[in-house]
Amino acid sequence: MFPMFVRFATVAAITAFFVASGARAQAQPEIQAPDLLVKNVTLEVVDIILKDKEIQKGDRKKVIALIEAKVLPHFNFQVMTSSAVGRNWDKASAEQKTRLIDEFKTLLVRTYASALASYSSQKFDFRPLRAKPTDTDVTVNVRILQSGSQPLTIDYDMEKRPGGWKVWDVRVGGISLVANYRTEFDNLIRETGVEGLIKALVAKNNSQGQPTVAGAQKK
Amino acid sequence: MKTKRIIRNLFLALLLVGVAGCATTGADGRDPMEGFNRAMYSFNDGFDTAIGKPVATAYRDTLPGPIRGWVRNFFANIADLWIGAHNLLQGKPADTVTDWARFAFNSTFGIFGLNDVASDMGLEKHDEDFGQTFGRWGVDDGAYVVWPFLGSSSVRDSVGLVFDIGLDPVLRHKPVGVRNAMTILRTTGKRADLLDASRILEEAALDKYVFQRDAYLQRRRNQVYDGNPPRAARERPLAEAAEPAPESRPVSELQPLLQPAVETPVARPPVVRPNAAAIEAAVRLLEQPASVAASTGG
Repeated sequence: MFPMFVRFATVAAITAFFVASGARAQAQPEIQAPDLLVKNVTLEVVDIILKDKEIQKGDRKKVIALIEAKVLPHFNFQVMTSSAVGRNWDKASAEQKTRLIDEFKTLLVRTYASALASYSSQKFDFRPLRAKPTDTDVTVNVRILQSGSQPLTIDYDMEKRPGGWKVWDVRVGGISLVANYRTEFDNLIRETGVEGLIKALVAKNNSQGQPTVAGAQKK
Repeated sequence: MKTKRIIRNLFLALLLVGVAGCATTGADGRDPMEGFNRAMYSFNDGFDTAIGKPVATAYRDTLPGPIRGWVRNFFANIADLWIGAHNLLQGKPADTVTDWARFAFNSTFGIFGLNDVASDMGLEKHDEDFGQTFGRWGVDDGAYVVWPFLGSSSVRDSVGLVFDIGLDPVLRHKPVGVRNAMTILRTTGKRADLLDASRILEEAALDKYVFQRDAYLQRRRNQVYDGNPPRAARERPLAEAAEPAPESRPVSELQPLLQPAVETPVARPPVVRPNAAAIEAAVRLLEQPASVAASTGG
């Protein structure tokens, strides 16, 4: 009598577990925790870079394709662009906003490609996330360790969106990317208007990795 | 003697160029000397293109990585002595213990500091200088300054730099020949370590001068607070800011909200979430008068 009860209870418990976990999986489409997301994407990208012979030789197009496939989906470029443009954002028309976002995205991808190209197997230190499970706005800290110098910190400011966590600012060594563009964008809009800023971004993006005007003349 | 006079004349010439450039003063409150600074910046940029970058590139391409690592570690080890003292001055004795333990381990087990064994042991390197110590004591940046050869600085950091240079064990080393050789080696190594960063800057910036200035000011602020600057001082753009927001409230209406937080001893802009423009306005209000006051004395 007793062993049979035990067996029944076991089966019941196992069934209940599966039903429960199945139900939970259904109710909550899995959203990866922000710190895990950063860690997984970073390690995946770095792994590809270290293994890919063409990237090692400096194939820029391939790095950019890699970033577009693996990294871009986790960035919220609308928020990044609007906050880099700052108070002038409302001066732009809907069509100008789209172009601004596109051009800023291209610029950031290219910059990011340069940064990745200089990666040479430094060690990462993924810091534990300090946030409550209910938080929807967190900062994920990653540090790059290098002998003889202070670790370089990279902070990802992330916000929880319906499709998962999205990055809206990156701070490298305390320098916020978005904040650093704000003055530049502000100056350009003051001097040449929104259209002028878009033109400047297009010109920059079309310069094929060449440095700014002063440097380009030299070549 | 003769070289001294040449250097002095060069400085005077640069100052004249800078003063002439002052006529085109920019609108940025943190940078009242923009004309002078831009002149210095383009001088430095030219010098770097002609000498700094080629020498650093040759250094990087000639010497294998491990040897460049020794050079970096050797000078970093010497610097740890003063870094420890700064942490003491800034009221962080635990960090001082780390810094001086690093010096002890690296100087012995690390063979005269050539190897950074302390980092492998979990003793983390810090980075401190007089500018940061003054900042920790509450001194504001003051106006942004670009010095010939030395590059980006601020009024506060320039004063700090005088102490940094005056008390630098490498620069005080005798005989002079060894001192000069060490100084050149250290500078070359540092520039070589920044080759990637400067390439990224070229890639990223629309206006290199503005980009570098803002990066410098942000980085120094971050350093003064050891990586944890008061968070509210950063604008926190939210998704809502991107969508057509309802009429933005003027800053004056925010005043009641700002009041309680401003009264606390660490008066920094509090976190309020109404809209990006209002926050930016608040940040500007709090930033500008302080820096102007510090630079002009009133």
